[in-house]
Amino acid sequence: MRRITALFALLALAACSQRDTGSKDRTAAASSGAVDLTGAGATFPYPIYAKWFSVYDSLTGVKINYQSLGSGAGIKQLQEQTVDFGASDAPMSEDDVSKAKGGAVLHFPTVLGAVVITYNLADVTQPLRLTGPVIGDIFLGKITKWNDQRIAALNAGVKLPNADVLVVHRSDGSGTTFIFTDYLTAVSAAWKSGPGKGKEVQWPVGLGGKGNEGVAGQVKQTPGAIGYVELAYARQNSLPVAHVKNTTEAFVAPSIESITAAAAGAMPSLGAGSDYRVSIVNAAGAQSYPISSFTWLLVYQAEPDAGKGQKLVDFLKWMYADGQAMAAALDYAPLPTELRQRLTARLSEIRLGSAAP
Amino acid sequence: MSDAAGAAATTDAGIAPLVSGDIEGRSLGDRIYRGVTTVFAAAVPALLALIAIEVLVAAWPAFSRFGLGFVTSSAWDPVRQQFGAAPMIYGTLVSSLLALLLATPFALGVAIFLAEFAPPWLRQPVAFTVDLLAAVPSVVYGLWGVFVLIPFLRTTVSPFLRDTLGLSALPFFAGADYGYHMLSASVILAIMILPYTSAVAREVLLAVPRSQREAALALGATKWEMIRDAVVPYARSGIIGGVILGLGRALGETMAVTMLIGNRHEISSSLFAPAYTMASLIANEFAEATGDVHISALMAVGAVLMLTTLIVNIIARWLVWRVAREARA
Repeated sequence: MRRITALFALLALAACSQRDTGSKDRTAAASSGAVDLTGAGATFPYPIYAKWFSVYDSLTGVKINYQSLGSGAGIKQLQEQTVDFGASDAPMSEDDVSKAKGGAVLHFPTVLGAVVITYNLADVTQPLRLTGPVIGDIFLGKITKWNDQRIAALNAGVKLPNADVLVVHRSDGSGTTFIFTDYLTAVSAAWKSGPGKGKEVQWPVGLGGKGNEGVAGQVKQTPGAIGYVELAYARQNSLPVAHVKNTTEAFVAPSIESITAAAAGAMPSLGAGSDYRVSIVNAAGAQSYPISSFTWLLVYQAEPDAGKGQKLVDFLKWMYADGQAMAAALDYAPLPTELRQRLTARLSEIRLGSAAP
Repeated sequence: MSDAAGAAATTDAGIAPLVSGDIEGRSLGDRIYRGVTTVFAAAVPALLALIAIEVLVAAWPAFSRFGLGFVTSSAWDPVRQQFGAAPMIYGTLVSSLLALLLATPFALGVAIFLAEFAPPWLRQPVAFTVDLLAAVPSVVYGLWGVFVLIPFLRTTVSPFLRDTLGLSALPFFAGADYGYHMLSASVILAIMILPYTSAVAREVLLAVPRSQREAALALGATKWEMIRDAVVPYARSGIIGGVILGLGRALGETMAVTMLIGNRHEISSSLFAPAYTMASLIANEFAEATGDVHISALMAVGAVLMLTTLIVNIIARWLVWRVAREARA
């Protein structure tokens, strides 16, 4: 009987260790000493945010604690006013904004990310070329073979195998899925009337992998597989990525430059009066990579605590001035210079020491 | 008679009879001790009730909106706010039962070997190793599954089943094999529940009285006949209990299954087709669930999972009870 008791103790230990796996890194940003500002939200920009907060702390002594709980959790915590700022890979909907207890919320783009198409075709050495409608039909299950006429027409001279296409998508809710389906909705009518866009959608075909590593792992292991991951993840793991046709009929490789170019191409829609809750997929410009997106910091327009509000504004100013230069080293695309100036000017819209109207 | 007088009376009598009313009144320390243990004992059912109520309240909007369709429909579309959990219920039950089918013979074999055949010096190390399987974190099983089990199943087991044995005509083995499917998840679950079933079965077999074995041998039984006819039937209800403990574990297992099952909202008769379980679905979607209906639907899946576990446990209790009654008769 004693051994059974010991076994249950082991069982309890194992259960504990399972619970922990989901929460790793969440509190890694918490440093000792008093914290001046707290934020929560998206996991995708966590590496660059952690870098910014640590450098900013060493420069100014202002400590910012960021918990990468996911965009949804960031929005919820901002609505409940349990954090000083939120962060999200998808802009807040009207419904989300109306539920925020602190009044109007301002969206500040921080850096740019992109979603890339990765695949497993051993004999194809040069990058595959794809268009939006073809990607849409692959993920809709309408194109089922790699040597399909429509893929072959885009890749003259490439020997495509007569193999089944295996679609791999994210199984967990994710900003990456939002950007990808946002793009497909923009370029494919069949996708728009079919699965639509969201952090999770009803996939017509394919396997689900958890996280970027889940999708990449399944693609790597399965000949003929195709999936989508964040650019940063693909670069750090040297995955093959497809070149995608943009609005100027050019096939563009995903890179820091081509993503920044997409934001520059979208500048006309970001004029005065814009609230920056905009999608920049399929942006104009010859160099633009079409599956690009902002990631945002979410800040209340009215900051009742003037001290905290000032610290937040100061940080954002520094981030647009000096912080942007650190982005590329961590595989995030910096914002175009013109946009940084507009956003810095927009910081004056934050009202310090006033309650919500 | 007052409490103080009662206490005095027992002191006078020298040896106090151990009746509860007497202990209660004896001293402040005893009363506090009794109170504290009562609170602990009551806290666990209260906590369970609280969890169940919270989950049901949060799940109610989804149940009232989709009705019975929630457990019969296969649509799971967060964009259009249509939710049906049938594929997840199916996936949970099939993967767990398949795991049980694979794990139980192994677990019984290990238990019988350790209880009846193993020399004493071998018994402890082997038992310890099997128990250690239970201490491996779920995510490690998942990683091992992705890097070792899946390639092995795909390149060795799957061609053997389909081509060598020619089973590909059966609906269970139809379709393309991409490695991430019901069978992979069931095999990893089987390995994960094996130590639970085997540890319980081993202890129960060791607890069978020596006289039971000696009686069988005295009647001229071989060792095999002794185990089959005298030892295992005697331990039957305990062994079933161990199997059910394993099943309960398989139903709720999340991480390793999520990594191997392919996460597809679809019911397929083929074991080589990707599937989904209730626990995996909640783990995948809860963090980024958008909209109240979606969150409520996930809570409803949690409620269905709790109910499934409850029903399985009731059936298990009933089985153990029936077996125990037969043994007495």
